[in-house]
Amino acid sequence: MNRLGAGSIGGGGGGGGSAASAAGQYRVCGNCRKVPRQEKRVQVSPPLTRGPSAFIPENEVMQANGLDERTNLLVEEYSTSGRLDNITQVMSIHTQYLESFLRSQFYMLRMDGPLPLPYRHYIAIMAAARHQCSYLINMHVDEFLKTGGIAEWLNGLEYIPQRLKNLNEINKLLAHRPWLITKEHIQKLVKTGENNWSLPELVHAVVLLAHYHALASFVFGSGINPERDPDTSNGVRLIAVNNFCVCDLANDNNIENASLTSSNFGIADSLSELEALMERMKRLQEDKEDEEASQEEMDTRFEKEKKESLLVISGAFDDEIVSTDVSRYVEDPGFGYKDFARRGEDHLPTFRAQDYTWENHGFSLVNRLYSDIGHLLDEKFRMVYNLTYNTMATHEDVDTTTLRRALFNYVHCMYGIRYDDYDYGEVNQLLERSLKVYIKTVTCYPERTTKRMYDSYWRQFKHSEKVHVNLLLMEARMQAELLYALRAITRHLT
Amino acid sequence: MDENLLATAATNGVVVTWNLGKPSRNKQDQLFTEHKRTVNKVCFHPTEVYMLLSGSQDGYMKCFDLRKKDSVSTFSGQSESVRDVQFSIRDYFTFAATFENGNVQLWDIRRPDRYERMFTAHNGPVFCCDWHPEDRGWLATGGRDKMVKVWDMNTTRAKEIYCVQTIASVARVKWRPECKHHIATCSMMVDHNIYVWDVRRPFIPSAMFEEHKDVTTGIVWRHLHDPYFLLSGSKDSTLYQHIFKDASQPIDRANPEGLCYSLYGDLAFAAKESLISSDSNRKPYIGDRRHPIFFKRKLDPTEQFEYISSSSALSVFETDVESGSMDWFVHTAKQYALAGRPLAELCDHNAKVAKGLDRNQVAQTWTMLRIIYSSLGTVSSTNLNHSMGKGSTTLPLMNSFNLKDIPSGLGSESRLDRSKGESRTENILMDSSSTLINNEDNEETEGSDVPADYLLGDVEADEDDLYMMDHENPHAEEQEYSLPQEAFPLRHEIVDNPSALDHLQDKADSPHVSGNEAETVSLTPVESFSLISISHSLYENRLPSDFFNPIVRDTLLFYAEQGDVQTAVSVLIVLGDRIRKEIDEQTQEHWYTSYIDLLQRFQLWNISNEVIKLSTCRAINCLNQASTTLHINCSNCKRPMSNRGWICDRCRQCASMCAVCHHVVKGLFVWCQGCSHGGHLQHIMKWLETSSHCPAGCGHLCEYT
Repeated sequence: MNRLGAGSIGGGGGGGGSAASAAGQYRVCGNCRKVPRQEKRVQVSPPLTRGPSAFIPENEVMQANGLDERTNLLVEEYSTSGRLDNITQVMSIHTQYLESFLRSQFYMLRMDGPLPLPYRHYIAIMAAARHQCSYLINMHVDEFLKTGGIAEWLNGLEYIPQRLKNLNEINKLLAHRPWLITKEHIQKLVKTGENNWSLPELVHAVVLLAHYHALASFVFGSGINPERDPDTSNGVRLIAVNNFCVCDLANDNNIENASLTSSNFGIADSLSELEALMERMKRLQEDKEDEEASQEEMDTRFEKEKKESLLVISGAFDDEIVSTDVSRYVEDPGFGYKDFARRGEDHLPTFRAQDYTWENHGFSLVNRLYSDIGHLLDEKFRMVYNLTYNTMATHEDVDTTTLRRALFNYVHCMYGIRYDDYDYGEVNQLLERSLKVYIKTVTCYPERTTKRMYDSYWRQFKHSEKVHVNLLLMEARMQAELLYALRAITRHLT
Repeated sequence: MDENLLATAATNGVVVTWNLGKPSRNKQDQLFTEHKRTVNKVCFHPTEVYMLLSGSQDGYMKCFDLRKKDSVSTFSGQSESVRDVQFSIRDYFTFAATFENGNVQLWDIRRPDRYERMFTAHNGPVFCCDWHPEDRGWLATGGRDKMVKVWDMNTTRAKEIYCVQTIASVARVKWRPECKHHIATCSMMVDHNIYVWDVRRPFIPSAMFEEHKDVTTGIVWRHLHDPYFLLSGSKDSTLYQHIFKDASQPIDRANPEGLCYSLYGDLAFAAKESLISSDSNRKPYIGDRRHPIFFKRKLDPTEQFEYISSSSALSVFETDVESGSMDWFVHTAKQYALAGRPLAELCDHNAKVAKGLDRNQVAQTWTMLRIIYSSLGTVSSTNLNHSMGKGSTTLPLMNSFNLKDIPSGLGSESRLDRSKGESRTENILMDSSSTLINNEDNEETEGSDVPADYLLGDVEADEDDLYMMDHENPHAEEQEYSLPQEAFPLRHEIVDNPSALDHLQDKADSPHVSGNEAETVSLTPVESFSLISISHSLYENRLPSDFFNPIVRDTLLFYAEQGDVQTAVSVLIVLGDRIRKEIDEQTQEHWYTSYIDLLQRFQLWNISNEVIKLSTCRAINCLNQASTTLHINCSNCKRPMSNRGWICDRCRQCASMCAVCHHVVKGLFVWCQGCSHGGHLQHIMKWLETSSHCPAGCGHLCEYT
């Protein structure tokens, strides 16, 4: 029988997928049109902003290991979402991670879930606005309108329904001081009434908020450049973005930071720095058992680290830099990160990680109320925690476990989460001061990150490794926020 | 065994043993700080007092001899965190360890280098395990995936023999002593109760302890051979000793009853036998509606437990074959045309289909719709007569059928009852109404009043009545010939039509019940006259078709109400925007979903897809865009392509090249099933316009249809 059958490769197929395949085809066409245009723009734009990141040279992003696999992943992302934003490009240095990142983001933004699509994007806008991340805001303003959101809401928080407005409080706390979230906050939101949230909706919202707070950290931490896509952002907004983002980065925000200026940057110096770090890591791994620190000693070490994180300050800032474009999505803009360990009247109890772990408790709750997201987040956390190429700068075959753990736990430490089985003395040995400054800035005040901070730590390390650091910081932060929020929800339930 | 010996594990990785027999205030005995991370579990050997096993977050298990200062041996679980360790009660040297990644490993205490066997038990962390106290090979595991599984280790491959699904992640499992199939569980999140399950009956716990106010952290049976005392600790800072007879038994509160409705109208009903027999006086009531064609009583296989003595009965009520047949539904679904042609044609076609299946009322509805919505004025009477004539050709046959059918309908009271609510019986009704039309055809040749008649029909639901009523008098004249047939159908029609009921509410009932012919006759002329006068005025004013929307809407609602959601949805699709705004989204969605559900139960996949595609409801429309996956294999290495459609990960080849332009095809790919060459749809189309051979040059004569 000579017959021709028709099927489709890109999108769906068979009886059900004809609509999907048609859409896929359209995107591919759009793809072809878009690519050259984007390149043209690249040539026009100033040299500083070339490439997806202001911190990382373009060729660094482009050349990386596992090129084939990576291209494939990017092509796939392009054909499913119809865009390839700078975040994706920078993250694509770590292909394995990118895959689980995209999967979870896709799930929480586009798949079945308790919240309607425009809501999700608006919540993303609200979250990003807490850190004045105009990059993410612009991205989601477009998405918000595309999914049928009401344009009026974009005028600011006064124009949104009360129900969304109620989310402001938790958004604010989650972004800056998640330890303040209590079950009363949850109760207030879910209390039956006209504008109440159901628990699944709330969990979805919390996951989105945490995700976008953390993503804002990544955007600033990696100096993601604004998208130059003439189709999606109009001229007015583009200018606002440029004013805000790029100039800040270029001017370096004139911070005077003692730790940064005092250390003189010399290549020889940094080389020995690297060697020393490796030496310390090795020592930590080998003779773990030689000194038995008592429980009290461990406690004091955690307290010390906590206190010390207090001293790590990223320069004095006047908070007036908030552009009006962003501020309309922000309520109470003065509210910012305040050190957990601040000595003061009310001493907050430390969050003991073993009392409420992600694996046991967080996962179960989140998966119960918003099915499947637990698995995706679990995979993402696991992925970022275990990701290693066994290299450090120019050295190969290095076990970086202790370093990764130190980074992860240091972030949690700043949020007051303590691991009983971790010796916080390690943090001090492994993380140099300039790195601590960077970590603190990226996780707590991402909007203040500068290129100088990015450059000042680990000068021998590759950019891909610094991106890896950013990923770790981002996920650690997200997990910390989620733990606090979910713990409050659990307490509300019991 | 030493009653004074106690071992604890701490989150900072320390294992401590305590000796309560110590005279000093500090009872601490030994301190092991070998683990680097949190120790999740410690376990004493069941017979060796000094042997202690620990499992930690760092992936190691260590065996301690309490007489020595350091561990005797270390077992590596390959980097995954250990969640639980348990010595086997029966096998001296064996212990089981469960892991965060869902694996369970069995170890021999003498061989620290390698595990004896490993299998994946759960999706996600396995929080706990417990060896069966009597049955040597049984191991119960509980995981974050909310399952409790019982494994049989006697075979070469661990086999899952029982599985209990709980409502929260399982933190602890403990076999109940002396009761082979009983197991106690508690959860670490959300759910505070302790359950005792019979693993053979996994859907309902056999006992439940509800005392705790916060999550239960640990459970243990008080004595190895006493199944009646359970101790539990909880985060609410209480310790309870539960006595088994205090437990609440959810089974007592459960309603062991089930009810199911089949596609063909059969009804199955299962209940406790005691319930059924005690209600025996109510049986006739049930039988009224449905003849219990077959009634079966059997013992539920799950009812062998010692404490449940009841048995249940299953009864199935079948509708009789004739009226229960859903053939008409399948045929209609297959033959209806829903799109792709002008409205008038669609309506005509569907009317014909309906008529072909003896569903004259539906056929009339289609005809009416056509008249309403496609050109109000141009409908010629000949056209109408034509369609009527067509219908009538089949009528003689129907007549004979009717004759047989109606008496049976007469005979049974339940039949009448049924016609109220169920579309299934419509067949019969339709049959009878067609005889009416047959008669009326004769009259219609008179000509002049035909348009008026049809406009009457615009008042859609009334249409059939009008036919009947208009010609009631002629029929009366022919009574000796046709009355036996006419009488009952008439009543059916009236009952069937809600709008008729509106008019005749009080009277319609009486003819229906009494079957009094005279009343019907006396009633009809009045009715028809008034309606005729209205319709005339309508006709002259040439009202826009919107005018009839409320009536059409009522018709659709009526059909849906009757259970004939097929007609409602088909009309909805055919009319599209004309009627869509009249009916609220939710109702539409409801209709669509029920129709699609019906179609799918009849395995009419293509039609259900068509309906989904044509529907204007957003919620329905996107049904097909969700979770459609197409798996493809690489044409070179024949293995599945995991990531993208066009590049194979394994052989690094582009799988789908266009035979015409030699580029990768992303999107629609068309290929010849004879030679399996293909390419971009457009390219192949163009190529085959000029050439009949395959563009790849394989010499195959491809055919594009």
